[in-house]
Amino acid sequence: MPETTTTTLAASLTGVSKLYGSFAALRNVSVEIRAGTCVMVLGENGAGKSTLLRMLAGLIRPTMGTVQVLHSDADAECSRIGYMSHAPMLYDELTALENLLYFEGLYFPTACTPCSRNAERVLTAVGLDAKLARPVGDYSQGMRQRASLARAILSDPELLLLDEPFSNLDAAGAAQMVSLLAEFRTWPMRGDGKTSAQRTIILTTHQPQLAEALADTVITMHAGQIVNVTERAR
Amino acid sequence: MSYLRIVLHHLAKDLKLEWRSRDAITGMLFFSLLVVVLFSFAFDPTAAVSRQIAGGILWVAILFASVTALNQTWTRELRNHVLDAQRMAPSPASALLMGKVLANFIFVTFIQIVLAPLFIVFYNLHALGQAWLLLLILPLGTWALVMNGTFFAALGLRTRNRELLLPLVLFPISIPALLAMVEATTGILTGDVDPVLWMKLLAGYCIIFTTVCVLLFETILAAE
Repeated sequence: MPETTTTTLAASLTGVSKLYGSFAALRNVSVEIRAGTCVMVLGENGAGKSTLLRMLAGLIRPTMGTVQVLHSDADAECSRIGYMSHAPMLYDELTALENLLYFEGLYFPTACTPCSRNAERVLTAVGLDAKLARPVGDYSQGMRQRASLARAILSDPELLLLDEPFSNLDAAGAAQMVSLLAEFRTWPMRGDGKTSAQRTIILTTHQPQLAEALADTVITMHAGQIVNVTERAR
Repeated sequence: MSYLRIVLHHLAKDLKLEWRSRDAITGMLFFSLLVVVLFSFAFDPTAAVSRQIAGGILWVAILFASVTALNQTWTRELRNHVLDAQRMAPSPASALLMGKVLANFIFVTFIQIVLAPLFIVFYNLHALGQAWLLLLILPLGTWALVMNGTFFAALGLRTRNRELLLPLVLFPISIPALLAMVEATTGILTGDVDPVLWMKLLAGYCIIFTTVCVLLFETILAAE
């Protein structure tokens, strides 16, 4: 990887291992991810991709090593991180707009009431009708993926972590997801004076051809280790 | 103020989810009705005997019925991994607990309101003590049950047999509260015992366990 300074790093892992009993989900992983880049993580099932993302999201802690995300511990910066997992992380009984308004209330509690305009804007951006009265449980898989992405980007994250965002999507849906992510990278940041101006995306996938257009860096994992890091000329 | 707003935000969401699904209320209602009816048929009590046993039956019915709702209280958060999204939100973890406790408190109170007239009819009840004190004992007892129940249900979130684990942990730890609830209620119904001492014990129990649960919840939630 090229020389990077800490001011331009979105995340860095140094000698990170994650053990579950005797099973090592991650083994001595060290990697630096530059701010403003899109990183594609490849690897077979069980390679440690999801563990890596959950660790960057601050949802699990390393057994060994250090994780720095946006210059701090991951769990300290979780409000600046958007995370989309295999599951939609939404309530089946609520509509997409109700779900987003709920999470908006948790991210911006000082507002008098959650602003439906932001939630509607995000839903429209991911191609969902904000006025749709159907609960998320009745959505198709593609719609759930989009609603999940809407929740992940609702807080205007600086670092977006996507765990297999193209799974269960048909070719057209996946292409739409890619263009959504490309567009998301160009969105202006919320001006709080604290965040840098660059958005970083880290995504895992089994379909590298879909995210090729987005990826600046490709990381390949195998058995909990990073076996290859490739910088791509774009 | 912001904390209270977040608690109410969680509460509103839980009430909305329950209104849409009616999972907790339906289970609790049928279970508690069955207990009340079956006990009345099993014992066929006279008015005097009713006053002696009604406090115990009432609170055991509420305790058992609450467990059916409390077991489900975190299921919605686990489904679709919503709890992960909540953990990543920059709001206090204890606000999530308090929102759920308040929601469960409302559900159990609703069951008590439905249950009360049936109880009076089936057990031919007429309080000989100060009946208005029940208006203090019922919320205090309910709070003690739902506070511990919601907390210990969260404690068992990552266990395989969490439905079994909750009563195994909750029932023993609720014994002091249950004793106070039953004694205070029986004292009011029979007029033999002053319920105030038991009510003080119950209030103390609520304060101690609410404080401990709120302080420990973030650790419980972050546990892997």
